[in-house]
Parts: sequence; structure tokens; C-alpha cells
Amino acid sequence: MPRTALTGTRIRARRNLRGLRQSELARAVGVSPSYLNLIEHNRRKVGVELLGALAQALGVSADALAENGDARLVEGARAAALRCDAELVDLERIDEFTGRFPGWAKVLSETQARVERLERIVEQLNDRMTHDPYLGTALHEIISAVTSVQSTASILNDPGEIDPGWQARFHRNILQDSARLAEGAVALVNYLDAAKSDEAGLAAPQEEVEAWLDARDFHLPELEAPSIDPDAMVAGQVELSSDASRHLAAQWLRRFRADAQALSHADLLSGLQSQGLAPEILAEQLHLPFDLILRRIALLPHSDLADCGLPPVGLVICDNSGTLMFRRSLDGFALPRFGGGCPLWPLYQALQRPHVPLRAALTTSGRLERRFQSYAYAAVEGAPGFDRPTVLRASMLIVAQGDEQGVETGTPLKVGASCRTCAHLECEARREPSILMSPF
Amino acid sequence: MEKRVLVLEDEPNISEALRFILSRNGWLVDVSADGHSAIGAMRQDPPDLLILDLMLPGLSGFDVLRSLRAETNTRDLPVLMLTAKGQVADRAEAERLGVTRFMTKPFANAEVIAAVQEMAGS
Repeated sequence: MPRTALTGTRIRARRNLRGLRQSELARAVGVSPSYLNLIEHNRRKVGVELLGALAQALGVSADALAENGDARLVEGARAAALRCDAELVDLERIDEFTGRFPGWAKVLSETQARVERLERIVEQLNDRMTHDPYLGTALHEIISAVTSVQSTASILNDPGEIDPGWQARFHRNILQDSARLAEGAVALVNYLDAAKSDEAGLAAPQEEVEAWLDARDFHLPELEAPSIDPDAMVAGQVELSSDASRHLAAQWLRRFRADAQALSHADLLSGLQSQGLAPEILAEQLHLPFDLILRRIALLPHSDLADCGLPPVGLVICDNSGTLMFRRSLDGFALPRFGGGCPLWPLYQALQRPHVPLRAALTTSGRLERRFQSYAYAAVEGAPGFDRPTVLRASMLIVAQGDEQGVETGTPLKVGASCRTCAHLECEARREPSILMSPF
Repeated sequence: MEKRVLVLEDEPNISEALRFILSRNGWLVDVSADGHSAIGAMRQDPPDLLILDLMLPGLSGFDVLRSLRAETNTRDLPVLMLTAKGQVADRAEAERLGVTRFMTKPFANAEVIAAVQEMAGS
């Protein structure tokens, strides 16, 4: 049926609603009843003037009678009908249905649109569950650790003697696997918490940028060249799926390129080899900002750090609000994927004391404590000036420590990743309950 | 004569637990984490039974199974596939490739022993 037929159907429906006879309406608008009959049966087009007169006589707007405004409704209703068994749906009369019952057609059309939106979300979530490499790996890691713990614990629980050598190995294995399990569970909770913030299950731009950098071990040797164009570097990168991701990535690359121009890769390695991990000495000797040194160290591949005899490092950067803007994770020091981190992190202390380098020994909360050294520093972004808000960026370099490593900096500060996954249940800084309901 | 089982599993602590429970039940146990070398070894001297992890580095458990079923020496080798991936599609694929038993992780030691004994007896 041609789309022009809609108007006639709608005119007839409105006339019937008002209880008018065809002849009464025809007289009111100055046409013959037979001509109106042809219009109502969609056999004649209606001119603009006549449509206006009919609308006035029926007490509606001309738009309510015109077909264009309802084309979307017809398409929506048609799409809904096509989803059903075609034999049960009288598609030939869908224009008539839309014309006679525009309110119901709107409901049907909007319901159809919502169904389509929800279907897209389901597809995206299904795709994520099926193909998300992080989720798949994380779950596999947890199931493997659980399998090992269960099997080993079952052996130890069996009646009968076990050779002391085997017994010692099994105890060690359970300790190792429980550590893997704890770290894997925390990482998974953080990951799923972040996913809840995004109904479609799509990665936020920051996550995409970090995943993109992580795939490169956070090392971008191209940035050592001053002529490199960050926008060109991020263009066409499939991992950066949105303009927002590419914009954010290019923004960080510009920062890192400026850092590289101030401190070359060779000079940094030379400084680390001669001074060890002493960012305060490097900053003083090279007359460079402390946070620039932290960023340069954090963007070294772990192989370079190992060549300098240094352990792996991680980095977090936050703004005045405490929101984490940049994360390079480090094994054993879980970083939340959403919201702020542990309020006790020196990162946040640095915000209160801008331009003062802070060094602190940290231990992670929980039974499986790990030791870290942190270097934190906050600096004002942009040129200083009166009568404008101060924008701060705080950076914290996190360095893994063995039992013998580290600078003596007093009693280690016990910190977590975020309150949600922290085992320090009595912490005064806690802002939300932990999923670890009972103390270890 | 003791029967031989090869455990092809890349998680060393799981391999160690399997080695212990199988040895305790009278099996001679070899352990490998590499599909390529395991296929080569089995081609030369097939064990009586293979316990095969699905998600291995390099060659997957499916690749290993496919390769074994294409070889005369190992075509009928009983294979118990242990995997953290218990999806219907994975199970169907394993069956299509000729797996003897499919068991999801985490498993109970007793279930593994019962399955192995049943497979070795068949």
C-alpha cells in the first residue's frame, strides 16, 4: 500500500471517533461525499488546503493527519510485525492500523525499538563473555588455582601417612595457589565492578588506552623522536575503538613525548644504572620535575629495569578529585578499575602537599602481604595564576620489594587496592564495606 | 605390570597433585606441559592413557587430540580431557575429535581416579 494512503485512513478514523457522517464532514470542508469517500479509502491524495480544512473540522492538527509524521511509527510497527510469525500478522493493514490507532502504534514502535536496543546489549555482553580475553584468562586462572587447592587439600586430608617431602611440597603449593586465588579474585571483582558502570559492557576510553599501552608493555620507543605525531600514532589502532579513546591516548602520548624530550631513554638508563632507583637524586641532578622522572621510569619496559638490576614498577596518576586517570598495574598491587583507590595511598597524601616528594614503604592488606616501595608527588598543571582553580596531578610510582630490598623508611603502611576488596576491615578510612566479610 | 599415564597439563601444581594420586593408585606417571614434545613422545611410545588439559600454551588440547587421532599408534588411546572450559561447545568439539572422557575443573580426586580406572579397563 502506498504511504499516501495513510492520510485517508487517519481521516476516516478521526471522523468515526467524532461520530460524524461522511456527508457531514464533506459538507463542512466543501467537497462531495463521494470525493471524501475516495480520500478516506486512500484512492485520492489530499491537498494541503483540504487537509487543513479537514483537520480544523475534526479538531486536530494537520500534522496529526499527515502521513510523514507517522512514517517512523509504521516502520516500527512493521518491524515488530516482521519479528512474529508472518502468517499471523496482517501486514497489508499496517498503515490502516497505524492511522486508526496512532497511540497503540507508538507503543508498539517504541517497544520494538527498546527490544532492538536490548538485543544489541545482549549481543555485546555475550560477545564480551565469549571473547573478552581478560575475563577468559582471569576466570581460567581462578579455576586452575581452585582446582589445584582442592586436589592438594584433598590429598592432605586423606587418611594415611604422606611422605614428609611430599607433604612439604603440597603445603607450599597450597600457599602459592591461595596467593594466586586471592589476587585473581580481587582483580576479577575490580573488573566486574567496572563493567557494572557501563550497561553495554564496553570498555571505557581510559581502559582502552591502558589496554593499548599494556599490549606494548607501556614502552613506546617512537616517542623518543621529537617529530613523532601522537595523533598519527593512535590513528587506525583497532584497540582504540572510539574518538574519545584515541583523543585520550594522543593526549597521554603528547605528555610522554615531552617527557622523552626532557630526559632521553639513554640518559634515564644511565642514571638508573649509576644511582639505582633514586628518583629524587635523578630529579636533582638533571634539574627535572620529580613526577617526570616517575613517569619516565614507569614507562620503561620491565626488561630495561631488570638490566639495571631493578624490580618491576607500576604507576598511578590521579587528579584533585582522587579519580585515577592512569594506571600501569603491578603484580600483587591490585589497582581498582573504577573510582578511586585506597584513601591511605601516599598518592592522596601528595595531593595535600604539592611539590613535596613522598617516599613510603607499603604492605598490602590481607594474609598474603606483599611489600612495595612508593614514590609520590603532586604538581600543579599549567601555568600558575591568580583567581583560577588549581589543577593538580598526583603520581605514585610503585616498586615491588623482596624481603631484603628497599629503603628503610619506617613501619610499612598497610594499604589496599580499594575498600571493596580490602581485608583491613577496621580501617578508619574505609568508605564502603568490603566483600571480605569476615577477618582473615 | 604397571600401566603408564601421561599427564599433559601446564599448571605444575595440578600436575603434581595428579602425579601423586595416580602414583598412589599404582600408575606410572609422566608429566609434560608441552603439546609438541608430548605428541612426539606418544608417537614413539604411547602410554596406556592420556590426561589432557584443554588450554595449553602453544598447541591446545584440541590440537593434541586431533593429532593423536590421526596417528595409527594413538588412534585408540584413551584420553581424559580435564578443562576449566566446560561450555557445551567445547565438550561437543572434544567429542567430535574423539575424546574418551571429558571432565571439568575443579575435579574431585576420586572422580579422576574412578574415570582413569574405568577407561583403562575398557
